[in-house]
Order: sequence, then structure tokens, then C-alpha cells
Amino acid sequence: MSVIKVPEADIAGWTCATCGTELVLAPVELEYLDSLFNVELPRCPSCGFVYIPEGLALGKMHQVEQLLEDK
Amino acid sequence: MEQAELRQWEQQCVQEEVPWCLAACPLHVDAKAFCALMAQQRWDKAWMVLAKTLPVPGILARLCDAPCQEVCVRKDVGGAIEMGRLERFCAENAKPVAPPRRLPSRGKSIAVFGGGLTGLCGAWELARRGFDVTLSCSVVGEGLPALPDGVLDAEVASLEKLGVVIRRSESLPLERLQDCLVDSDAAFIDSASVPEDWTVFLGEPDAMTLGTTQLGVFSSPAGESSAIMQAAAGRRAANSVERFTQGVSMVSGRDHEGPYATRLFTNLASVDVVEPIKTSGPYSEDTARDEAKRCLQCECMECVKGCEYLRHFNYYPKVYVRQVYNNESIVMGTRQANTLINSCMLCGLCETVCPEDFSMADVCLQARQTMVETGKMPQSAHEFALRDMAFADGDRCTLARHAPGESSSEYVFFPGCQLTASDPEGVMAAYGDLRDRLGAVGLMLHCCSAPAAWAGRQALAEASMATLKQQWEDLGCPRIIAACPTCLKTLRQGLPDVEILSHWSILRAVGLPSGAMSVPCPLAVNDPCAARYDPLLREDVRAVLDRMRVEMVEPAYNGELAQCCGYGGLVSEANPDLGLAVADVRAKGADEDFVTYCIMCRDMIAKTGKRAMHVYDLLYPRQDDPAARPSPGYSARRENRVRLKEQLLRDVWGQDETHTVEPYESIEFDVTDAVARSMEDRRILKSDIQKVLLQARESGTRLVNRETGYFLASFRPVVMTYWVEYEERAAGLLVHRVWCHRMKIQGAQP
Ligand code: SF4
Ligand code: SF4
Ligand code: SF4
Ligand SMILES: [Zn+2]
Repeated sequence: MSVIKVPEADIAGWTCATCGTELVLAPVELEYLDSLFNVELPRCPSCGFVYIPEGLALGKMHQVEQLLEDK
Repeated sequence: MEQAELRQWEQQCVQEEVPWCLAACPLHVDAKAFCALMAQQRWDKAWMVLAKTLPVPGILARLCDAPCQEVCVRKDVGGAIEMGRLERFCAENAKPVAPPRRLPSRGKSIAVFGGGLTGLCGAWELARRGFDVTLSCSVVGEGLPALPDGVLDAEVASLEKLGVVIRRSESLPLERLQDCLVDSDAAFIDSASVPEDWTVFLGEPDAMTLGTTQLGVFSSPAGESSAIMQAAAGRRAANSVERFTQGVSMVSGRDHEGPYATRLFTNLASVDVVEPIKTSGPYSEDTARDEAKRCLQCECMECVKGCEYLRHFNYYPKVYVRQVYNNESIVMGTRQANTLINSCMLCGLCETVCPEDFSMADVCLQARQTMVETGKMPQSAHEFALRDMAFADGDRCTLARHAPGESSSEYVFFPGCQLTASDPEGVMAAYGDLRDRLGAVGLMLHCCSAPAAWAGRQALAEASMATLKQQWEDLGCPRIIAACPTCLKTLRQGLPDVEILSHWSILRAVGLPSGAMSVPCPLAVNDPCAARYDPLLREDVRAVLDRMRVEMVEPAYNGELAQCCGYGGLVSEANPDLGLAVADVRAKGADEDFVTYCIMCRDMIAKTGKRAMHVYDLLYPRQDDPAARPSPGYSARRENRVRLKEQLLRDVWGQDETHTVEPYESIEFDVTDAVARSMEDRRILKSDIQKVLLQARESGTRLVNRETGYFLASFRPVVMTYWVEYEERAAGLLVHRVWCHRMKIQGAQP
């Protein structure tokens, strides 16, 4: 279920400092209160570090968290 | 909540009870709605309100003798609303409306005898309910006073439109009645408009059903002179005929048919006296409007007036308790009332002002406890507050000791976890003063368990109270001196056998400390909601302030009616925006600077920008302008508690006990102002940021921005993932942004 979208602008400029690699969109699993979400998120292709931008964390993701809490 | 409990709560709130005028009106005209429209000069709409309820409205609105005026709530503040005159004005000035639509025919024929007001009304009421009505009379409108031209004709036309067959100029020998008993399903007699032998034959009708000695024949009571009561008899007869032809009970559930009493409460305390509009002739448009404006639009809403929380959700407790009940009953789907339940300050103001003692606090606290028990409490609602409580109850903050050099304690000072967090210097000074003047005063630093209780976590609250009790027993069961009103309340509940005194009553007895200062300008004394049921506490504080020659002003909603500051019940955690709005309301209660004896009130009010100080600021002055001291942030509050314990151990007990420093604590960084604000809003602690930065340093895992050169690291120490964007400068780390989320990233992310 891909309910969460990442605006392109948020990714701009960030690269993995460890690997020196550009981030690419890749399917990532997020978990909260026994629910699993498969979401496309920017990720370092070599070490797997996932980037969750501020707007996403406080926006859509927060809404989903609240929804799950009220279920 | 059981359904029976729901019913009981619902019953307790009288907000939905009908206004007095409506209850007293024999036909239950909605005078309140009528006045509201008249006040807006919407005459046509107002007329529709009358025409909806009154039979033959053109006649009745002109003849109504307005018994509602006797009970109108306005009568004690100027005089009752002149409903009769308003009805007349409306009848003259509004566009006439068509008679109501008749219900489908029931196939029952009813004979009505007598063309007086009662007969006309009875025929109207029966016809609109779908009965086939024949009205037999010698004169239509018999006995009615003079009406303006055309009024009677118009209503007769309406009656015919409703399907009433009118047989005029008939003489009415008694046989006609006996014949009709054979031809019709029932009959109604307007006793004022038929020959006397009829009424003798039928006997006095039953007061409730209007039934007579003849089965199926109903008759109006004799000698009724009030027009509206005559009309009401017509309606009562129609109700009886309906029951009779359906074969259902003739008596059950009829208490509210005529005038009755209502339980609605309307407070007149802040209502200005306004007398009825005085004119001898008919009203002009303006006078009609002004008279209607005097209507108080009766309702209760006592609790909502004083509680920002109750106002925020747009309704009133009767509606809320149903929402709370439904919330609990939901098995699948979204629970809509979680925020409602978690936003009450549990302050008890509602119960105090409610004429029926409705306690929204009881409803909400019970709901929270159930939600916790059934695992339905949202994780985010109170988590931060509970973590803070755990911190305050942890090793780095708690302490329980006799005074230095003493092996027993006559008293123990219990400042509470919030005073120690906000004003550690004040606590040091107060403790020093108590020891100086009372001698063997021990010290206990611990949380009183209120946050857990507010969060509905009974087990946790009891555990915290039990530890506290153990520590107090280990000190030899001394008398407890508490300064915080919430601690006083919570400790007295949790330790009912212990003697618990307020610091203020001690000071009242032993006098002021030597350095106590006096303030030249008047101060508004803010009573915290925890002092609502403690008049002695409120008095003691005032006595202490009085000794300091403070000129005291009472803000709005104080004392027994104290409004919460927005901290109580953890509203500021579960609903931060509402918490601030509540604080704002409290802060606006007086123009003067506030002085309060609850440190949370002090800090919440200070957050709104209002100048506020704690009584300790005056008793143990340490700053030039304590009212300007900003509310310390969450990180500072924790550090204050830790520092206070260390400093007390060092300075009072001469014990240098530096705690083991966690590795993350050595990470130093600066923040921008914007970050400082987000940390408060998002409940991100300095230590959370330190943990992220340490993790990034140790693992090397982080992102870098090509344009700014800033780094971005994340870490999930417990149930939150924190993100920190920072710059590595020569002068050290500078944090530019921080955010967090609850979702866990599956995989290797730390
Ligand atoms: S003040 Fe208005 S609503 Fe209240 S009883 Fe009088 S007419 Fe009715
Ligand atoms: S906040 Fe206070 S006044 Fe408002 S509903 Fe809760 S207990 Fe009642
Ligand atoms: S004060 Fe509030 S709870 Fe009490 S009857 Fe009035 S509206 Fe209902
Ligand atoms: Zn990488």
C-alpha cells in the first residue's frame, strides 16, 4: 500500500555521506502499531540508509500515524 | 461505560430541555425560535413557526392569551416577553401561509359538533392527521370576539382545504349525536356551542382523555374561557380520537400534552434588566423587533461558558457523553472522540457551575482509564508526559533524606516535580528557610503521580504513590509539607491517613522569611484549579501575600470557580494548541501581572506572553523582574531537576556525588532560534539530539547536502525516530533543523 508520496524537491541535494552515492527511490517498509507500509523513499543504493524528509514526517506520515492510533 | 450510565449522564445535562415558554404554552409554540426570527425582522419565517403549531393560526394568533408570559424567564429581569402582542403583530404583517399538508386518509370518519374556537381547532387537528371530518354547527366562529375582516373566512377556507366538510345552520337535536355514533368512528363535541341537553347527556369529560359516558365521544370541558386552552382542548381531543381509533392506550405517555414544567436552567446573573417595549397601540416594525430581542433565547450552557475545552468542541456535555460512549463501542473503524476525551483538563469547573453537577472530568477520566485498560489509548497522547514523569521518578532526580545532621524528621518538604523543574533555586531557598525555622525538616524529591493519574494509567499512578509512601515511611512517617496545589490534592487522596500541610499554612503560622519582598503595584492572584475545593489553601496564600503588603486583585473565574491554566489533565500534551488557547483565556482574566502558587500555572501563563510570577519569587527573591522570566523548555526542566539534586547533595549534605556521565551527554551543540522553538513544539529534548549526533559520529552513517554542506543524521533511541540536520563549524556543531516520527523504518537504519 503506497499511501505516502515524497515531493521531488525534498530529495534535492542529499547524498549518502558514507558511500558518496546519490539517493534513489526504492521500496522501503515502514512499521507502526503492527501495520506495515511499503513506500517508495529516497535511499542509498549501497548502504541502504533511508531519508525521510521533514515535510513527509510531519505531514502525511503523521496523519497515517494518527489514523492508526485511532483505529 | 454501560448504557445505563450513559442514560444517567444524559439525563443529568438539562441543556436540551425545552425553554419555559414552550413548556408552558398549552400548544407548545416555540416562542424562542419565534422571537429569534422576529428579532431579525423575518416576519414571514416567524409566522411559519406559529402556523406550524397553531390550528387556525390567523384566529388563534390574534386571540392567544399567552400563559407563557407567567413563566417567561425574562419576567425577573425587566418583565416577560410580550408574546401575545408579538403574535398579533406577526399575524398582521406576515405573508399568510397555506394550511399544513394533510396526512394520507385513514379512512375514519369523525363528527365534530360546534363551531366555536374549540370545535374549529378540533376539526383542524383531526383533519390534518388524515381523518375525514364533518363539522356540524349552527354558526361557524360562534362566540369568537370581533376579528379583522376576512380572517375568519380565510381560516374557514383553510379548513375546507384540509378536507373538513362543514354543515351549517343545522339545529342539533340530541338524536343527531346518537345517529352519528352509528355512522362515525368517533365524535368530538365543543361543549360551549351545543345545546345544554347534549352536555347533560354526555356528563363531565375526563380531564386527561376528554372521554365521556359515551364510548368514542369526546367533549371539551365546560366553561373554558382562555382561547389557547380552548384550542388545546381541540388538540387533546384529536390525540384521544387518534388513540381510540387505533385501539392503543388512552392514557400512557400524555404528561407533556398540556402545559408542563421544564428542568432547563438559565442563569440570570449577567443579564441586564430590560423592560418591555412600551407603546399603547400596535407595534411598529422597530418596536416588534426590539421586544423580540429581549428574549433571552433560554439555554443552560453554564459549563461551556467557562470552559474553553467544552467550547472548543462546539457542543455541550449531553452530546459529548454520547460521543464518548460511542467511542468506546467502536470495534472496527476510527474512534472519533479520542481527542475529545484526552483534552479535558479534569479541573472540575463544569461540575461546580452545573445546576445538575455534571462532571465532564469524571466522564473523561473514566474513559481514559478504560482506553488504557483495553489498549485503545493513542500512544502519542501522553507518552511524553509519562516519560517525563519516569525521569522525575528516576535515580537522577529523586531524593529522600533527613535534614543534614538529623536522624529523624518531624516534617518532610515535598516540593513536587514541577517546581523543581521550573524553579530549582526557589526550592533550595524554601528548603533552607524551612530548616532554619523548623529544624528537623527532611526532603523528598519525587513526582506526586498526578500525570499518570491524569493519563488514566492507574497502575502506574499507584506504583509511583507506593514508592513515595515507602520512602516516606523510611523517613519515619513525618508530616508532609507540600507547596504545589496538585501535589497537595494528589497526596491527600493517595495517603489519606497522613498529615499533609501546605507550605503556605506553615508560612502563615511562622511568618515571612527575612528576605521577602513587597511589590508596589497590584497583582492578580491566580487560584489554580487544584485549589478549587481547598478554601483554606486559598486563604493561606492570601494571608501570606497580605503580609507582604501585596495589593490583591481577583481575576475572572477564580477561587472555587478557578479556570485551569491549560496544563491540568495533560491537555497541553494531548492537544497542545488547545492547551495554549486555554492558557490564553486564563491570562486574559486580569490586566495586572499574575501571582500564583502553582508553578505550572506560572509557566503556562508566562508562555502566552503575560507577566506572571510564583509566590516563591516574592518570598525568596532572586531576580529583579521574576514576572519576565520565560517558561523553561522541556530540556531545561529535566536538567534543572538533575542539577538541583546534585547541588543539594553537595551544598546541604556535603556529598560530592557526580553521577556517571552518559557518553551522549558530552556532545555539545548550538541551535538556531527556530530549532529551539521546534524542540518545544515537537517535544524533542536536547538529549534526543545528542543521541542522534553521537550515533552519527560513531557509525559515520549520515547524509550530506551538496549545496549547503550540512549533514543529516537519524536515530531511534526508543519509540521515536529523530532527525537532525546540522553544520560542522570550527566553533562546534550548529543544528539547523530537527524533526521526528513514530513510524519505524524496517531494515538496518539505526
Ligand atoms: S426569555 Fe424567551 S426563551 Fe426564555 S422563557 Fe421567555 S420567551 Fe421563552
Ligand atoms: S476542563 Fe474542567 S471545566 Fe472543562 S470539562 Fe474538563 S473538568 Fe470540566
Ligand atoms: S451546565 Fe453544562 S452539563 Fe450542566 S446542564 Fe448545563 S449544559 Fe448541561
Ligand atoms: Zn550509503
